[in-house]
Amino acid sequence: MDKIHSLRQVAAIKHSLFEQGYLDEQFIQLEELQDDANPNFVEEIVTLYYRDSSRLITNLDQTLERNPLDFNKLDTIMHQFKGSSSSIGAKKVKAECTLFREYCRARNGEGCRRSFQQMKKEYATLRKKLETYFQMARQAGPKETAFRPK
Amino acid sequence: MDNGCFSSPRRDFPAGLRVLVVDDDPTWLKILEKMLKKCNYEVTTCCLARHALNLLRERKDGYDIVISDVNMPDMDGFKLLEHVGLEMDLPVIMMSVDGETSRVMKGVQHGACDYLLKPIRMKELRNIWQHVFRKRIHEAKEFESFESFESMMRNGSELSDEGNLFAVEDVTSTKKRKDADNKHDDKECMDPSSTKKARVVWSVDLHQKFVKAVNQIGFDKVGPKKILDLMNVPWLTRENVASHLQKYRLYLIRIQKENDRRSSSSGMKHSDFPSKDLGSFGFQNPVNKQQNDVSTDSYNYSDGSLQLPTVENKSHEGDKGSVSQFTIAKKGRPLTGNVSDSNMRESSRVGLNQTFAQSEGNHAVFDCSMPTQYSWTEVPPMQLKEEHKSLVHLKDSFNQMPLHGKQHHIQVDQSQSVASISSAPSITEEEVPACIEAKPLFSDFKNDQSSSVNSIGNAVDTFPIQPGSLVMNAQSLEPISTTNSGLKTHGYNNLSCISDLEIYQRNLLLGGEAASAPLDEDLHFQWLQGECYNMNFGLQNIGMPEYYDPGLIPEAPIHLYDSGDYSVIDQGLFIA
Repeated sequence: MDKIHSLRQVAAIKHSLFEQGYLDEQFIQLEELQDDANPNFVEEIVTLYYRDSSRLITNLDQTLERNPLDFNKLDTIMHQFKGSSSSIGAKKVKAECTLFREYCRARNGEGCRRSFQQMKKEYATLRKKLETYFQMARQAGPKETAFRPK
Repeated sequence: MDNGCFSSPRRDFPAGLRVLVVDDDPTWLKILEKMLKKCNYEVTTCCLARHALNLLRERKDGYDIVISDVNMPDMDGFKLLEHVGLEMDLPVIMMSVDGETSRVMKGVQHGACDYLLKPIRMKELRNIWQHVFRKRIHEAKEFESFESFESMMRNGSELSDEGNLFAVEDVTSTKKRKDADNKHDDKECMDPSSTKKARVVWSVDLHQKFVKAVNQIGFDKVGPKKILDLMNVPWLTRENVASHLQKYRLYLIRIQKENDRRSSSSGMKHSDFPSKDLGSFGFQNPVNKQQNDVSTDSYNYSDGSLQLPTVENKSHEGDKGSVSQFTIAKKGRPLTGNVSDSNMRESSRVGLNQTFAQSEGNHAVFDCSMPTQYSWTEVPPMQLKEEHKSLVHLKDSFNQMPLHGKQHHIQVDQSQSVASISSAPSITEEEVPACIEAKPLFSDFKNDQSSSVNSIGNAVDTFPIQPGSLVMNAQSLEPISTTNSGLKTHGYNNLSCISDLEIYQRNLLLGGEAASAPLDEDLHFQWLQGECYNMNFGLQNIGMPEYYDPGLIPEAPIHLYDSGDYSVIDQGLFIA
């Protein structure tokens, strides 16, 4: 059946997101919060995250262009970004944030830039995957039960 | 209505718990809101710390607990924490994605009742009601102590009360004294129905209703029956109200006396203090120790080297008493710590002044280099009282030392007394962030050390050491030091003010909790602390190393603070 097939696909996407380490337990927490009162809670949260993180990325880009680098500021912004990413369980992105902050503390400008590029890549990938996921989920229709990875 | 140790308006507690969430991250704000709603809590969200403070101030009784992020753009989460703790005495939970031990420790020092790491699970939020519950129980107990304290006050004279004060204070603060404990035991909060005489526990809420009723009727026209009617608490009897009213009256008289005394005693008795101070100071210290188990060793200045006239002042007894009274009376809060009352402030102020005054006269300038062994952080949150005393004394001495620091605004939110240290009259009950006018002094100081010595007298005024702020140390040590790093109290080093400052700080620290005045961003006190303490105290962030410049110290016999031993104080610095 189409619906079942779609649901399976959705589940598969989600499963892979977890398997590949893009998402962690926090995402499941969000799903558990979703209820009749907030049927699209997870997507709303993720949308909020996109907005906030875009702003922070722009900020980081600008700050990284300065010369000399203001490591404290970079660290602060990244701290915010990390916090934000933790809200949806963006695991890989978070890991990259941690690495970036370490470079900041070591005052390693090159390391920061590299790490930032990597982080942006992870972020872009996650975003794409999530968009696909939500799209499929919408197409598949309301799920009766929450699929749990693993 | 709950007849237990606290009045819980909601029968289905913890459902309906009123939570205020503060976080600049909109994503988390939304998630937390949803999670808390799922726990059946009443949630209010806020993305700005200032806005949150306004909300809290507008509706003093509108929230049960505050959850706040540590890193916020407009205000440091720790500052917010302090403010809330001081002004509203609500339990505050900190959150952060950063779980480093040092951060968590800082949170706890500033008074957070819990520190959550993001990502936060819902199950962690489910149990936050325990912090509210715990606080209520403590408050009820504090109230009890307050009442027992009050009776002690009534029974003895001021002087004799001094001992009692300590005792009571200790009791309230540490609950270690047997007597106090006994009283506490009587009222086992958890078992409301067990008390044989069905004693009423005057919880904060209940007392506030009482005060409201009294104010409404008009203090002069007040009578137990009228109050009872207005309060509209069904289970309360006229006799309960009558006895409470009696205590309240005495308490008010006491406060009044304190105030009077304070205004007149700012400059007082330092002279005789020296010898006595030690004793008194020592006295205080022990008390402090009790209270906090802090390494009061560092306070050994009371050993005699530091002749802080701490206890000498009667006022300080009064202060102590009042302080404790205040604290208890107002909110039944534990003395240590959040002196949210203005009263507290006053008392603390007085006390501080006294100590300052003392120190000035007697001791040499405390050398900033004094090895702070006081690990400020460890300083036990002494009851404010202690501080008051020392502060008071110091005040005088401070006058001599022009504390120059640019910011002398040690905001004395709570410790107006601090501000008013030098100017007794300025001691007011309200929370006036006393910007210690020491500014001019300080600047002088900075420039001219010797002259600064002379101006110590004035300095005290400006010694913006708010008992509260000083006290903060236990929790706010950090903020204080950090904020004031900018203070430049060069001259400070040499002055006894430094020592005073230290003493002050110490006192404050001791009483820290009690005195934790709402720290404002410009807690200038820090500078004081920073100066002196930075060097020695384990204050972290006291970043004023540059300030401390031994070379700056003028002829003042400075001193070196030995590690934690203010013996230098006696060396001489007799400023003035």
